[in-house]
Parts: sequence; C-alpha cells; structure tokens
Amino acid sequence: MNARTEPDLTVRKVVTVDAPRAVAFDVFTARMASWWPMASHHIGQSECADVVVEPRVGGRWLERGVDGVECPWGEVLAWQPPERVLLAWRLNAQWRFDPAFLNEIEIRFVEVDAATTRVELEHRGLEAFGAQAAQMRDVLGSANGWGGMLDHYAVVAAR
Amino acid sequence: MLSVKEYLPMKSPDIAARARAFAALGDPTRLQVFQLVSRRPLSVADIAGQLPVSRPAVSQHLRVLADAGLVTCESLGTRNIYRPETDALASLRGFVDSLWDVGLARFRIEAEALARECAAPPPRPRKDRR
Repeated sequence: MNARTEPDLTVRKVVTVDAPRAVAFDVFTARMASWWPMASHHIGQSECADVVVEPRVGGRWLERGVDGVECPWGEVLAWQPPERVLLAWRLNAQWRFDPAFLNEIEIRFVEVDAATTRVELEHRGLEAFGAQAAQMRDVLGSANGWGGMLDHYAVVAAR
Repeated sequence: MLSVKEYLPMKSPDIAARARAFAALGDPTRLQVFQLVSRRPLSVADIAGQLPVSRPAVSQHLRVLADAGLVTCESLGTRNIYRPETDALASLRGFVDSLWDVGLARFRIEAEALARECAAPPPRPRKDRR
C-alpha cells in the first residue's frame, strides 16, 4: 500500500501496559481523571476537577469543574468491560458540545497475559471537523488555536 | 464556556496551514472532491464524471484544496492530475494524535501504578522486628 495515496483521517494508537485487563479498563474509564491532561484539556470556565465516564451505554462523558458545573463531552456508545468501550466525542471545532457533531473513539483492551494488556485506541471521523469551516477558521486561524495546544501537550507530557 | 484560544496562550507555526486545511474541507462538495483524490490521482474530468458537479466547479474546488495545501497538481501532457498532499493531512491529524500520545502515556503510568498496588499490598509490619 502506498501511504502517499491513502491519507488517513483516523488516528490509531497502541500502548501496552503492565496491568491486568480489568485494571486497564477501570483506569481508562472509571479513573479517567487520573490521567486525562485536565489542566490543559477542558472546556469549562472553572478549573477542571473531574472527568467522568458513566459506566453504561448512553452514559455521559463529561467534565466537572471545581465549582460543580458539568460540561458534557459526549457519551458512551458501547460498553463491554473489560474488553471494549466506544465513546462519542461531541465537542466541535469551537470546543462546544454539539449533539450533531460526532467523532468516535474506540478503545480495545486485549489481554496479552494475566498481567499485561495491549490497549488499542482508534479516534475516527476527523473529517467532521472539516464540515465546520467557519468556526474552524476562527479557532485554528488564531495564534492561540489548536496548534498551540500541541505545544502545551508537549509540556504536559514532559512533566 | 471558553473557546480553546482563550485559555491556551501558545503559538505554533503550523496553525495557519492547519486552519486552511480544515476550512477547505468545510464545503461538502469539496470534501467529496478531496475524498476522491485521496483514493487515487485524478484529473478534473475524472472527478466531474463521478460527482454531479461541472468541470469548472471541480476546478474551483481543486484550486481551494491546492491553496490549502491538501492536494498537489501535476501536468501530464494536456491533463492536470491531482493527488493528495500528505503533509497537510499529517498536520490535520496532528492535534488528535498528540492528544492521545500524551493521554495514553499518562494512562499507562496510572494503570501500572494501580496494578502494582493490587498485586502487592504493602507488607504488614513484622511483629518480631525491633
């Protein structure tokens, strides 16, 4: 396959962790706040205190600010602990919740052995961002847009 | 709610290019044109034959895509052949890519810490120790 003629608007990531599958699933979902880069990556007015994935199909995916205000991000489309979860990301180009907007994030937890899990993540539907040209131009065209977020992530990652 | 730009005081040379790429894909027809070209190199006539759009309109869309750095044009005899510019696409994916790089790196640390806790609870103080 020639990569030059197959541009891919799906992001795929794999990480292998020294943790049993049930633990990996639990940390990814129930304990998302422990690893989500909340300081840089939230939409509420106030500081982000928690990131919540409600453990069921249709459960909400949201952030909760230190003031208790909840901001929805999306919802759970499939809930199959400990092997798979499918999340709907509904934050549009302006980082506002938009029920009509959809990116899918599928996470599979594959058991390598009893103490090791391979986590396969797929973030699909990036072209949906393209369907919002006007907002995108505003957000990305500014000096403080998404490109800047990359730099910020690099800082967070280096901590 | 704050928009991203209000709380992220950062800069990147990539931003303008990425903005043009996203904006160019904002038109449904243009997105279709881009998707066709993404699959294999095509001429204006090829594309017009697959979409309910006139050749001049296709040319116009391709021009916008080319300006946004999403496609490149190559003259082959009398025909112009368009193909995807992968650098622009890479840029477009960059944001989500980085998000998960960082997120999963942090996730791994947390998952492994919890796994160690579960596997080896702290040893109880030995009674015979002085």
